[in-house]
Amino acid sequence: MVDNKEVKISVKNLKKSYGDLQVLKDISTDVHKGEVLCIIGPSGSGKSTFLRCLNKLEKASAGSIIINGQDILEKKTNINKVREDIGMVFQHFNLFNNLNILDNLTLAPIQLKKCSKEEAVARAKKMLDRVGLGDKAASYPSQLSGGQKQRVAIARALCMEPDIMLFDEPTSALDPEMVGEVLQVMKDLAAEGMTMVVVTHEMGFAREVSDRIIFMDGGYIIEEGTPAEVLGNPKESRTIDFLNKVL
Amino acid sequence: MIRIITVYGPMLLIALGRTLLLALLGLFFACIIGMIFGIMGVVKNRACNVISQIFVDVIRGVPLIVLAFFIYFGIPYLFNTIIGGFAMNLTALQAGTACLALNCGAYMAEIIRAGIQSVDPGQMEAARSLGLTYGQAMRRVVLPQAIRTMIPTFINQFIITLKDTSILSVIGFPELVNTAKNVQANTFMSFQTWAIVGIMYLIVITILSRSAKVVERRLSVGR
Repeated sequence: MVDNKEVKISVKNLKKSYGDLQVLKDISTDVHKGEVLCIIGPSGSGKSTFLRCLNKLEKASAGSIIINGQDILEKKTNINKVREDIGMVFQHFNLFNNLNILDNLTLAPIQLKKCSKEEAVARAKKMLDRVGLGDKAASYPSQLSGGQKQRVAIARALCMEPDIMLFDEPTSALDPEMVGEVLQVMKDLAAEGMTMVVVTHEMGFAREVSDRIIFMDGGYIIEEGTPAEVLGNPKESRTIDFLNKVL
Repeated sequence: MIRIITVYGPMLLIALGRTLLLALLGLFFACIIGMIFGIMGVVKNRACNVISQIFVDVIRGVPLIVLAFFIYFGIPYLFNTIIGGFAMNLTALQAGTACLALNCGAYMAEIIRAGIQSVDPGQMEAARSLGLTYGQAMRRVVLPQAIRTMIPTFINQFIITLKDTSILSVIGFPELVNTAKNVQANTFMSFQTWAIVGIMYLIVITILSRSAKVVERRLSVGR
């Protein structure tokens, strides 16, 4: 159903090693415009590393990664420009502790001259309203709950008007009662047609929202397909083992 | 005691002024040196890291008094006699400033390096993921947080450097200790002289550390 759409991310034969330890062994996949891709797998399987390679927070050792037609492993590609179009949300939120919430949202748009200060502030307020935190603009990160911090982190990424969003276990560090509010924001985003790659342990979310699921283990993609295929009718024994443990 | 204060008081106060001048000059250049080598210690460049580490190790491994003799006597001798053809002369103030700047600078570099590294790497990653350059992320996000944690150690280092000026009496700079030695030689009143000098240092340093507490409290607002 997404075959005829524009390819936003194209990964071919991606490998990543830290010294002798090979974390990603041979990863190839494409992500199309508007697609929601969830990556699941046991810890240490390389799924976070894979995600971090996509915006070059980790430098791939071999292979190619093409984002919006630009090869980010090419030396002459300006990675900072590419990153402006890729929002990232981290497990531990990583809000800027020295800045209040509004400044967290406007720092990058203003620094990178995406727009005037007034426009940046207006957009930041709109984004805060959207994630239901319009009243927190003057607060500092330390004054927010985990769920609120993560919603601010999503709003911060959206202020750069990215066309791809990466989520690295966005709910893993949250208290259970706060998971829902963050997932809801992500669901809304998916419904609006955002291209999303989500590393997650939330099987319910993966089943409900994703167009495609990748199961990774030991640095390889073991199985991929629609949620019905991978979660409902897994073929590989490692996928079956993993799902038995988490479901 | 009273006689020393009335007769030698003004002289000692002027000497205290020189001590403060030397300390301020030394600290000023130490901040610059510390910033440069501190940043060189954290950037992703092996050569910079090594240079920074060597500088810190060398300066920390040499006693201040040896450094003072080396700069005041050794460096001019190197240029005037060993290399020859230079008529180089350092005043005690110049040599003293250089000495303190290098010594304190090395410690500041370590404080700055450690301060930057104490900031969660996630802060840098988040800033870079938005498209900010390394420099922008450093300036806007990492350094402001690092400086907060550095301040108490900075103040501590300032106090140590202020006290270290006394060591520079050995190269003849007429700061407080050097002047007090003359007072003692003239009056033979050792107890009184050194008691007065001790109290003078104590007052200045107490004022410094009290005001440091105020600054620290101000900066922690909004954390």
